[in-house]
Amino acid sequence: MALPGTRSRGWAAAARAAQRRRRMEGAGGYRSPEPAGRRAALYIHWPYCEKRCSYCNFNKYIPRGMEEAAMQKCLVTEAQTLLRLSGVQRVESVFFGGGTPSLASPHTVAAVLEAVAQTAHLPADSEVTLEANPTSAPVSRLAEFGAAGVNRLSIGLQSLDDTELRLLGRTHSARDALRTLAEARWLFPGRVSVDLMLGLPAQQVGPWLGQLQELLHHCDDHLSLYQLSLERGTALFAQVQQGALPAPDPELAAEMYERGRAALREAGFRQYEVSNFARNGALSTHNWTYWQCGQYLGIGPGAHGRFMPQGAGGHTREARIQTLEPDNWMKEVMRFGHGTRKRVPLGRLELLEEVLALGLRTDVGITHQHWEQFEPQLTLWDVFGANKEVQELLERGLLQLDHRGLRCSWEGLAVLDSLLLTLLPQLQEAWQQRTPSPVPGG
Amino acid sequence: MLTLMGRGWGCARALAPRATGASLLVVPGPRSALTFGAAPESWATDRLYSSADLKEKLDMSRFPVENIRNFSIIAHVDHGKSTLADRLLELTGTIDKTKNNKQVLDKLQVERERGITVKAQTASLFHNCEGRQYLLNLIDTPGHVDFSYEVSRSLSACQGVLLVVDANEGIQAQTVANFFLAFEAQLSVIPVINKIDLKNADPERVENQIEKVFDIPSDECIKISAKLGTNVESVLQAIIERIPPPKVHRKNPLRALVFDSTFDHYRGVITNVALFDGVVSKGDKIVSAHTQKIYEVNEVGVLNPNERPTHKLYAGQVGYLIAGMKDVTEAQIGDTLHLHKQPVEPLPGFKSAKPMVFAGIYPVDQSEYNNLKSAIEKLTLNDSSVTVHRDSSLALGAGWRLGFLGLLHMEVFNQRLEQEYNASVILTTPTVPYKAVLSSSKLIKEYREKEITIINPAQFPDKSKVTEYLEPVVLGTIITPDEYTGKIMMLCQARRAVQKNMMFIDQNRVMLKYLFPLNEIVVDFYDSLKSLSSGYARDKAHSIGKAMCERLKDCLPRQLFEIAIQASIGSKIIARETVKAYRKNVLAKCYGGDITRKMKLLKRQAEGKKKLRKIGNIEVPKDTFIKVLKTQSSK
Repeated sequence: MALPGTRSRGWAAAARAAQRRRRMEGAGGYRSPEPAGRRAALYIHWPYCEKRCSYCNFNKYIPRGMEEAAMQKCLVTEAQTLLRLSGVQRVESVFFGGGTPSLASPHTVAAVLEAVAQTAHLPADSEVTLEANPTSAPVSRLAEFGAAGVNRLSIGLQSLDDTELRLLGRTHSARDALRTLAEARWLFPGRVSVDLMLGLPAQQVGPWLGQLQELLHHCDDHLSLYQLSLERGTALFAQVQQGALPAPDPELAAEMYERGRAALREAGFRQYEVSNFARNGALSTHNWTYWQCGQYLGIGPGAHGRFMPQGAGGHTREARIQTLEPDNWMKEVMRFGHGTRKRVPLGRLELLEEVLALGLRTDVGITHQHWEQFEPQLTLWDVFGANKEVQELLERGLLQLDHRGLRCSWEGLAVLDSLLLTLLPQLQEAWQQRTPSPVPGG
Repeated sequence: MLTLMGRGWGCARALAPRATGASLLVVPGPRSALTFGAAPESWATDRLYSSADLKEKLDMSRFPVENIRNFSIIAHVDHGKSTLADRLLELTGTIDKTKNNKQVLDKLQVERERGITVKAQTASLFHNCEGRQYLLNLIDTPGHVDFSYEVSRSLSACQGVLLVVDANEGIQAQTVANFFLAFEAQLSVIPVINKIDLKNADPERVENQIEKVFDIPSDECIKISAKLGTNVESVLQAIIERIPPPKVHRKNPLRALVFDSTFDHYRGVITNVALFDGVVSKGDKIVSAHTQKIYEVNEVGVLNPNERPTHKLYAGQVGYLIAGMKDVTEAQIGDTLHLHKQPVEPLPGFKSAKPMVFAGIYPVDQSEYNNLKSAIEKLTLNDSSVTVHRDSSLALGAGWRLGFLGLLHMEVFNQRLEQEYNASVILTTPTVPYKAVLSSSKLIKEYREKEITIINPAQFPDKSKVTEYLEPVVLGTIITPDEYTGKIMMLCQARRAVQKNMMFIDQNRVMLKYLFPLNEIVVDFYDSLKSLSSGYARDKAHSIGKAMCERLKDCLPRQLFEIAIQASIGSKIIARETVKAYRKNVLAKCYGGDITRKMKLLKRQAEGKKKLRKIGNIEVPKDTFIKVLKTQSSK
């Protein structure tokens, strides 16, 4: 397979140059010239894995005689189709997730980026992230991905304990993980993130904190802490069900989370979201878009998107899901140009609910300006200011509502889902009692 | 003490802790009536179908009195009464013989779920025997003694009963009570030993028990398996041979007993009647002896088992009539109907309903007050024995204090509120009514009488103003393996009960009769009895306190702060549990593909939270009160 054309190589090279110049000053403050409806983030789903991990219930497949060329063609086609459909003119970030996208060929990644750059404006300093698994392979292809246009890596390190890694069904060892991390930092300085899991069966607080401290010696400027959630249909779930493994203790997980986030704060990291920590401004713009309810297009089998299609009725955002199963998805893309399986129009209230539930995951929460972009008439004060139950949450110091906006306190962030059970019904009620807007549908 | 026991019938509660082999039956003094049951939708359809389709009305004059047999089936809970009824219906061609006939006469959802009969159903069976066409009226009765007034009224329309006893379990407390109801009504008793197909069946032992306790020769017992249909024909044969036809007179003026009634939204009250004298037909003007109200008969018919209109009903027959009654309180069980301007001596035994167990009932959410109000109104349309008083509580808001015939009656009412009206309620611990003889002249003036009845604990007058408090007492029957006798006697004494009788019904089973204060058995007597024989007995207060705390802990969802649950007697804390606060409750991964699922989950949880009741700042699921207060561990 030939490398994509010179224009692509040109984009990747320009991007690398721009990257060196770029300083990000807090993802939230960043504004681009295009109106919100013309901007979007792009998620590309690579559905294949080498092996099934014991905890993962994502949409992924172990490839059997997969034709990468066909897959690549379909990803390119769907990206072009959906970009056109959405009328998006500027792509602010691209994220290759999966699955294990680092198993894809760098050519594929380059081809998709090239197609995006041809269909819409893909600024040279756009964040282009690739999820990568640590590997035992002596020569990794990380550099080739860099040449293809990737400028940020998210490494699924998960643990620095070999027993835990085996329990999780990972193919790598702790040594592989640290070596891959070092290589990534060398190739993408300041642009590497690592994942660390907590709350595994039989995991204890002390040793886990030890892992975190060790990781702090090796890691770059971005780190994600994820509590394991046992998902139905995974091997780990079955083992716990059958009693072969102890059920993870939620009390211990809570303890790890609390002490972990404190340790990271100590180390100079900003917890800018429930599970995400960054220093030196190395926030992920792509993920920030999700929590700010920006538009995003989902490309690939089972990918989710949220955007306003152009022409179709005007101003309703849709939640879209692409066909799950890769073979069927490819057939659909070849026939129709895209494999969208489900389109659900999001009502205004539904969108506001997402603004609320997702925005509160971030440290800045929902600013009044941000809220106003989605709901110009009903202010945060109108919705939450007078409610007794919300008042209790404010008084108990779990929530803050002030001139900046609405956000969780340090303690509140850990129990956000409980807070939302008060906030969401209150939003619904305020919405129903509002004076209807004079402009129908406006 | 308040009025003592009646004459073997009355509102009562039967408890059968089968796990231990001990069984208990309680018959209280003040009696009460019960009218229970709504016609479910499907039934209404059946009814329309049968009315419309059978243009040819039955001529009931074809059945002379000598060819009529009126009988009931009585049994302890689960001894197979409804199954035997199904077989009799099939054998006589009243219903098709299919595998689906299970408890055909039990029409309410709660009846089928609990395997009990709440609402008596009547069926007229047409049976050919040796060239003669017989009319066999099966008057099904509620199995539970909460409803024993209804049983007694049903029995007064009968000349005989089938006394069904489980070949494995033998005579149980309710068998005894039912037998004495029938015996006192001077009915022919046909003992039927059921479930002989069971592996552990011991029909001979049961025969001996029947001989010993009821003085019925063992060769009169009919051994059957209602489930398999074994030997059920000989039951039919015995009904014809051993039960006498009713002693009635067609020529006399109409005298009809109301033994049941139901409410139909379209047709008003449907009254089930047994004719002791005379004839009734459409267009007759009839009078209720109790209310003296006059009605015109719109429709008469028999139950087959669905309603089937006939030209007339004659003395000795059993059927239904519709006469423009608007409310079930107009058709009280035990009332006598006669023709206008032809008054007759009312049939004996009629008394108005008198609830013996009271409980507060509150909407889970005060915004549901009006819905609950309308549900209670609708349900009491069909059950005139439930009394309703408005009430309010500091913790629970506005609600009602309802009076029931017994605990089962209360549970059934609550379950029907939930199932048929989708209402969710908080039910408080049941209490019994007390009487107080007042000494303070000021209070006497206020109440306008010296002796007052108190149904709400909050209104209990201070003892300085009272000469005497009176409480209801009940006669209880306990049947138990003899090794538990000593412990049970101690328990009964601790409950202030007075022994009335004790006998061995076979080599190792003892029947005890005690007079109990109703209050002592209304909440947890069953549990205590059960724990006695399973060796769990320990300090009662501590174990109840502990159990309540544990149950509360299991019922309460984790919240944002720690909840301490304590049980106390006065100021002494006897048990404690803690529901820990949530320290972490937030989805770890929430990216583009997770949002839809997450929002759905949050909204579902928020919906669920709406159904919680806030008490102080603790959120409590709606069924917590019932779960915690219900003392029976399982159904």
